Amino acid sequence: MNRQRLSLWWFVGTLVFALVSMLVPLPGVLEPFKPYWPALVLLYWCLESEDRVGLGLAFIVGLAADILTGVVLGEQALRLCALVFIALRFRSRLRFFPMWQQTLAVFALLINDRILLLIIRTLAGASLPTASWWISPFVGAALWPFLFLLLDDLRARLRIQ
Amino acid sequence: MARTRDESSPLFAGNAAGTLRLIVYLALAIVLMVLDQRNGWLWRVRYAAAVVVEPIYRIAGLPSEGIRAVSVAFADRQLLTDQNQRLRQDLLLANAKLNRMSAVAEQNQRLKQLLDTQRSLELNVQLARVIGVDLGAYQNQITLNVGARDGVKQGQPVIDAHGVMGQVKEVLPTTSIVMLLTDPAHAIPVVIERTGLRTVAYGSRDGNQLVLPNIPLAADVRVGDHLLTSGIGGRFPPGFPVGDVNDVAPADTGMFLVSHADPAADLDRSVDVLLLHDQAEPDGPPSPAAAVGPPSDLAPTSAGSVPAPVDAAPVDGAHQ
Repeated sequence: MNRQRLSLWWFVGTLVFALVSMLVPLPGVLEPFKPYWPALVLLYWCLESEDRVGLGLAFIVGLAADILTGVVLGEQALRLCALVFIALRFRSRLRFFPMWQQTLAVFALLINDRILLLIIRTLAGASLPTASWWISPFVGAALWPFLFLLLDDLRARLRIQ
Repeated sequence: MARTRDESSPLFAGNAAGTLRLIVYLALAIVLMVLDQRNGWLWRVRYAAAVVVEPIYRIAGLPSEGIRAVSVAFADRQLLTDQNQRLRQDLLLANAKLNRMSAVAEQNQRLKQLLDTQRSLELNVQLARVIGVDLGAYQNQITLNVGARDGVKQGQPVIDAHGVMGQVKEVLPTTSIVMLLTDPAHAIPVVIERTGLRTVAYGSRDGNQLVLPNIPLAADVRVGDHLLTSGIGGRFPPGFPVGDVNDVAPADTGMFLVSHADPAADLDRSVDVLLLHDQAEPDGPPSPAAAVGPPSDLAPTSAGSVPAPVDAAPVDGAHQ
């Protein structure tokens, strides 16, 4: 019982941590290198515990991110829903990919996410972003193996599901 | 998203239901976006959720606060002494300038009274600190640690020691969001100090410069010209530094000159900023109508005795 509660707290904690990391500013030069943390953490939980992560959760996390960053309500909800849907579709394959293939898949998902964002922003009438805007998916994919191993290791140490 | 994979595979069970759910959620998100775009619900939701949102902003601001504290704690003694010395000199210089200015300001006040306008040079300001929160690469915004409870109102101009930074875009109970000058969606009426040419400065697309896209071809604009707020529009008080022109070139269309400017304020380095409270009588389009009033009610009775305001009023009106 206690362990279950701990595991739930761990789950919620990582998601909240991802949202806060999204808000933490980086020095000006590193700004475009910031990965989209909520997407990475949601992907990790997609692969690790399918029963917890669904489209509803992705929607709620996205809404929370929208409220925090003050973009149009529903924008990140839509992006995360699409991301989680694709990840859940291919979950059983992604789980058994070797790490480098998994990283490539995550990269594709993040690029897809950026394209979705671009479509939404363009429809909303925003101007096209600069080239540095496309760096973020690369950084996200590069960080993926480390994030995955770190979270997996912590989970194993805490002996939680 | 449509896939033609065989549905019998056990690895991909429950496809139809999953796709339907996705469509429902996507539709919900799109409806929310459209409603928000039309009605601006987000600010109301954020205001209601401020109890949760503000602590998270404070938490997210902790790392940058910590780095600042650490850099002060480990700063070299020599460095601090130098800085202190420099600040003392700056203060001395500023005080000397202020002393000279006060005489001019007083004279200005007298002349203004003669001209029967209400606008004063006094600043009614409030100090605020920047919370280090990143609200996305698309938006040029900063978060301040003062909000509705401290009397902050939407639209207040924000300045730092070097010039105008932007204006308050959204107010939460104890924090507020400031839209910077360099935001592509921001525009500020400016006047070129050297020539008096009035134009409008927009935020540039890459978000760290200002663009003046519609300067007449014949206008005299040079690299190094200072831009000041013109006060037209009534939102920003006149005379504050906005930026320095760093590039002038004809537009692609060949019909205008396009010029770029670096903002005068330290947009990404300022920690302490000043919020200007609404000036008593904002200068701009509304004011000419009001300015015509006071002299005219004096004019019929004593037109001969005070010729100066009567002369000034029509000139002022025609100029605007």
